[in-house]
This record gives sequence, C-alpha cells and structure tokens, in this order.
Amino acid sequence: MIAEIGLAALWLAAALAVLQMVSGAFALKAADGAVNPLAIYARPAAVVQALLAVLAFVMLLWAFMVTDLSIKLVANNSHSMKPLMYKITGTWGNHEGSMLLWVGVLALSGGLLAGFERRLPERTMGATLAVQGFVALGFYAFLLLSSNPFERLPVPAAEGVGLNPLLQDIGLAIHPPTLYAGYVGLSVAFSLAMGALLTNQVNPAFARVMRPWVLGAWVLLTFGITAGSYWAYYELGWGGWWFWDPVENASLMPWLAATALMHSVAVLAARDALRTWTIMLGVLAFSMSMLGTFLVRSGVLTSVHAFAVDPERGAFILGLLGLYIGGAFTIFALRAGAVAEGKRFAVASREGALVFNNVMLSAILAIVLLGTLYPLVTEAFDVRVSVGPPYFNPAAAIFAIPMFIVMAVGPLLRWREDKPARLQFEVSLIAAVLISAIALASVLGDIPFLPLLGLGLAAALAVAAVLPLRGRKLARVPVATWGMVLAHFGVAVSLFGMACEGAFTQERLAAVAPGGTEQVGDFAVTLQSVAPVAGPNWTAIEARIAVSRNGGEPVILAPQARNFWSPAQSTSESALLTRWDGQLYAVIGNQAEDGRWQIRVWWKPFVTFIWYGGLLIALGGVLAIAGRVRVDVKRRQATAMGDARRADLEALNTAPVPAE
Amino acid sequence: MRSRLMLWVPLALFAFFAGVAGYMLTQEKNQFVESAMIGQPLPEFALKPAFAGLPGAARSDLVGGKPRLLNIWASWCLPCIAEAPQLEALKAQGAEIVGIAIRDRPEDVANFLSRYGNPYARIGADDISEVQLAIGSSGVPETFVIDSAGVIRYQHIGDIREDDVPLLLAELDKAR
Repeated sequence: MIAEIGLAALWLAAALAVLQMVSGAFALKAADGAVNPLAIYARPAAVVQALLAVLAFVMLLWAFMVTDLSIKLVANNSHSMKPLMYKITGTWGNHEGSMLLWVGVLALSGGLLAGFERRLPERTMGATLAVQGFVALGFYAFLLLSSNPFERLPVPAAEGVGLNPLLQDIGLAIHPPTLYAGYVGLSVAFSLAMGALLTNQVNPAFARVMRPWVLGAWVLLTFGITAGSYWAYYELGWGGWWFWDPVENASLMPWLAATALMHSVAVLAARDALRTWTIMLGVLAFSMSMLGTFLVRSGVLTSVHAFAVDPERGAFILGLLGLYIGGAFTIFALRAGAVAEGKRFAVASREGALVFNNVMLSAILAIVLLGTLYPLVTEAFDVRVSVGPPYFNPAAAIFAIPMFIVMAVGPLLRWREDKPARLQFEVSLIAAVLISAIALASVLGDIPFLPLLGLGLAAALAVAAVLPLRGRKLARVPVATWGMVLAHFGVAVSLFGMACEGAFTQERLAAVAPGGTEQVGDFAVTLQSVAPVAGPNWTAIEARIAVSRNGGEPVILAPQARNFWSPAQSTSESALLTRWDGQLYAVIGNQAEDGRWQIRVWWKPFVTFIWYGGLLIALGGVLAIAGRVRVDVKRRQATAMGDARRADLEALNTAPVPAE
Repeated sequence: MRSRLMLWVPLALFAFFAGVAGYMLTQEKNQFVESAMIGQPLPEFALKPAFAGLPGAARSDLVGGKPRLLNIWASWCLPCIAEAPQLEALKAQGAEIVGIAIRDRPEDVANFLSRYGNPYARIGADDISEVQLAIGSSGVPETFVIDSAGVIRYQHIGDIREDDVPLLLAELDKAR
C-alpha cells in the first residue's frame, strides 16, 4: 500500500501543478487591479500540491525505514542489516529518491509562497505561480515517466543490494538535502523573476519579496557546500578539501550566481537600480542549479561523484533545461528591453562597488563554467582533456583578488555617491594591514605567491569586515548589518584557512613497521599496531597510531581501511586529530610484503578555519534573513495599525488628528 | 544591457551549450583510459619472480629479437580467467607473452596457473602497481604489444576475447 499511496499522491500533485500553471497564467489576462475569476485556483493548487508531494516523500521514507523489498528502489539501494540512520538517509542517496526529495522541497516552497506571500500584485503573483507550476510539472513528468521511485518488483527481493559505502556517512544526512533546498529556493527566485518580467513589475517591492528566498537559498547552499567539502575531506581520504571536480563545481556555480543575485537584489530593494541585471542573475542562478543536476545525472562528464548516471535521464533533464532556461532567456531577450532603466549612481558609491563585485563574481562563474564544460566541448571534437587546479586556481584568483579588495571597501561607501577622500583613514588602515600581513608571512617562510596573497587579504578583510561598525552604537546597528559583518568576516576566516592549508601543509608518506616512528611537523607519529575490526556491515584493518606533539602526551588515532560487504567496496576512513591551530590527518594504506604498512599523514595548520568560515558566512545569512523579516513584519504591523486607525476614524466620520 | 542584440547573447550561449551537450549524450562514452605511453619506449624496470616456477621480468627481457606481448594481470582478477584460453591460443601461434602480476601472492599465482594454464614465458611481481602505472595501464587485464626495439606499439584494454586474437597477432606482425 505504501508505494501506491505515494504514487497516487505524485500523480495528483502533477495534476495540481497543471491546474496551478493554467490558473496562474489566467491572472495575466486580467486588467490592472482586477482579478481574473479563473486565476483564484493557483494558490490553493500550490498549497495542496505541496502537501501531496511531501506525503509522497514521507511514503518513500517509510518504505526505506521498514526496508520494503518489494519496491525496486529499496531493494537496489538498501539492506535490512543497515543501521536505521543510513536506511533513512539512503532514501535520498539514489537518483529517484533524491529527485523526489527535490520535487518535495520544490512543491513545499511553492506552497509557502502561495500561502503566505501577499505583497505582490495578483497578476505578478499569478505569473510567478504559473512559472513555478511549470517548473514543478517538468520534474513530476521526469519522476513519473523515467524515474518512478515507487516501482514494484514482480517478485520481492530476498535481500537488498545495500547503499554505496561512501554514502553511509552522517555527511550524507546533511549535505544533499541542504543543497537541494538551496537549489529549489533559487527556483522560487527564478519564478519570481519571470513573473516580474512578464508583468513588468521589476521594482523594489518585488525585490523585497524575492530577497528572503534568495538569502535562504544562499544560506542553504553555503552550508551545503561547506558540509560537502568537509565530507569529501575526511571521507575520501585524499587529504584535500576542494578538487574542482565537475560535481563540486556544479554546486559552486549556483552559489556564485546566488551570491551575485543576493547583492544585486539588495541594491534593487534599497535603491531601485540594477533591474535587468537582477532578473538576469535570477535566471542564471536557477540555470546553474539545473545545469548541475544535468551534469551529475547524465554522465556526460567524468566525476568522482557521478552516482546515478544514465544518458536517457540526461536527455530528459537536458530537455527540461532547454524548456526552462531556453524559454527564460527567450522571454528575457524579448521583454528585458521593456524594463525601464533603474536609478543611476556614481562609480564611487556602494552600488558601484556592488556592481564591480557582481561582475567579478560573474567572471569567476564564467571561469568555473568554462573549465567544467571545456572537456565536454573538446570531447565533442574527439580531444580528451582534463581541467584541474592549475587552470582553476590562478584563473579564479585573477578575479577573486580585486573582488576581495573592493569587498573590503564597498560596505564603507555611501549609497548613490561618495567621495573616496572621506574614507582615507579606513583605506590606509586596510592597506597597512594587508601589507604588514604579507611582510610578516614572507618572513615566516618561503610561501608560494597565491597563499601569501591569501594570507594578506584574509587579514585585511577581517579588519575591513568590522569597520562598518566603527563609530556606531552597537545596540542600534540593524540585525541585517550584523549579518553582513559576520558573513564578510567569515570570508576572511575561510580565506585564512585556505591560504594556511596551501602554504604550510606538511605531508609524510612512509612505509612503517609496527613500532616505527615518523616525524611530521611537530608531531611524532608512532604506528603501534594494526588489527582487524568489524562493524555492523563492514570489516576493516585498523591502525593504532600514537601521535605526540613536541614529546607531549600521546593521543591514539585509528584510521581504517574498510571493506563493506554489501555492496562490496572498500573505503579509506581517515583519522583526524583536531587542535585549535590545525588538524593532523592520517590514512592507512596497503601492507608491503615485508610487513610494513603504508601510512600517510598530513599536518594541516588552520585547515578547520575553511569550514568555520563557511559556517560564519551561513550564519551571517541567517542573521540577514532574521533582520529583514523582522523589519518586514514590523512594517506590516504598522501599516495594518494605520489602516485600522484610519478605518475607525472614517467610521466616526471625523477628520484624522495629526499624530503626536 | 540596453542594446537589443545583447539581450540575445545569453540565449545564444545556452543554445550552443545545449547543442554540444545533446550531441555528447548521443555519443558512446569511451570509459577506457588509454595509455599516453603508446609510441614511447618501455620504461626501465626489473621485477622479481611472481612465483617460484618462472623467472621474473625486466625491461631487457622484452627488448630485442622479436615483438612480444606484455600482459598485465592478477590471480584475483575474474576477467583474467576468461582471457586465459585466448592467451594460450596466442602462445600456440608463436607469440611470446611476458606477464606482470599485480598485487599478488606467489601461492595464488601458482594456483591460478595450475588451474587455468600457463601461457607465460616469465612473470614479474608488481606489488605496488609501480610498473603498471609507469606504462600507463589503469586496470587488469591489459595487454601491450612491445616491438623489438622496446617501443610500446599497441594497447589492448580489458580481457582478450576470441575475435581479438587475430587482431593482436596482426599487431605483433606490424611491430616486426
């Protein structure tokens, strides 16, 4: 029954998406101010659709929890002996389940938008819901026609195949759902942008409606990428935190676009400038998340992550991509000319700085996009290339460095127009910190150019991030401003971690006999013993490594080489020793025939700051949302109170008395 | 952004991408990693015997006289069992086959050869995939044609099927 309920809910939700799309489109037929009688079904359709899609997902979750082996997806991806935790996370650790999660979140956010958003004109709202319904419909079709998660087996399987062991990790519980929610938040921003473009309502009111969705999506993407990077770092056992892998890039590109969009939406909301640019970024951000889905699922690119590769599905997603993005760019080309130009501003103004950084972010996006798609394009001409860090790092740095410099000064500038001379003190302070940090770091050791510059910029940014608070009463600073300060400070923290990792990492790869000692940085690493251990669905060789810093009390690390038996696969479980100033990272390799074991140990100073910074950035975003929502609610209450008072006065038929 | 033509640029770029991606989806994806060492001289190596029955293998054993086959295999590899009869056939038709056993144990090698036949003239033991990586092989089994000057002429990825036998014999002839 579980599967049938889920499937029925999906079909019903798809039908409601059609209703939402058609009814929403009728809103466009209404005259200004009037409401088309056929348009009133869009909102309820979106809300009920959300409930149905969530129901479908809960049914699948349930099937995985009880390991219903008559369902093909469960039999192929789960196992009765798997810990409950991984049965649950296994629901979205596969293609069909993750698409259902995606659709569930998509419908849920559509429902929230339809249920709670009352600030936009009904015509714009109708168009937005129509676009949202159209997007959802495509994904329902994809699920129901080519990736039905509820497909039954003719004969129930005796036992499940199991979940890819790399995915049997707490990281999987957090990382993909967060990223999906982020992608989907961008789909709402996309629908809103299309709605505003179709009804020519690209204005600050629209920007204020769009902003929380963009901010929310951006926070989730930031958090998802941070979690994903840490997961890859400790689970793959390669000691790196970013590999410029196509799938990593697929999550980075929407983030870059969303970062640009978030800042441009802020300009539109505050200053009524950058109208077309905001719409463009809205389309671009969603395109990037769709493109990411396409690259991951279609297998056109070779990646360490490609877990559900199928060219047929790829064709389907490419079709959807063509429909949505091709359609959106066509509407953009046809309608954007009609959008009136926004307010003008001087080059030396906060808008000017934001535009500069928007362009830099877009350039980095273009660099990453080019690098990611380049192998695909050359392969079409039968040339096989692989694009890696030697391209991405310097090419991205060319644009990132000026961006960081402008980012340090931008928040200090005034809106519309400012005199650079006013910021003499701040600019000299930032420059002084930058130069002295670089000087100090180059005295410390022979550091490559980019990490050296990174250290300097990190120090300068950290100081610059808190400068907007200078001379203000801290208790009166708006919450959203605190959010900005925190997020910019987080960038500095993250950059510091990256630069330190690049500049000071020490690595040792050695064959060690039990009892032998190797030196890595300040650490004496002693291989005490190697012994087999067993877990619930794996066996492993576990090394006990005693680590002692400068002859201090030894700490035991236990890296493992794990062998899962269902499905059969081996993984390397790294062991980490976290100290405030860095991490020791140990991996065990193979045994040589003379009885010695390969161990690989890294000392990575301040590497954890990369993820602390990511968390700070996300937290800054949360504060920004909280601040904006609080202001919005207050404004709404004030308007409601004013309306009520005016109504009372009219009822009493007296002239309004001026407020005291 | 004011120029009308500029507004069509995003659509044009997207159309180009969609075209390439669509084309690539229709293409058979070649998952094999071909060696960059084809046409290059065999790197220097000297491996100890993989088991007591046959001598080990070194670069000098593959150079001079006539072209030879270099077969990368392992006793733990299932496709290697499938290709054993084809190696026998190649040997019967005059090919000299030098084996390199990857990450293997002497007793397993001996066991494998006694069960599935021994077409090898010599087998070196590559315990850490050192030689395998040096000649650009990414898996087992793979078979290389080495000419008499010690240059890698041809790479066969995967197990040798029946119809590959004449092909490999022709490659050996070409390398002469």
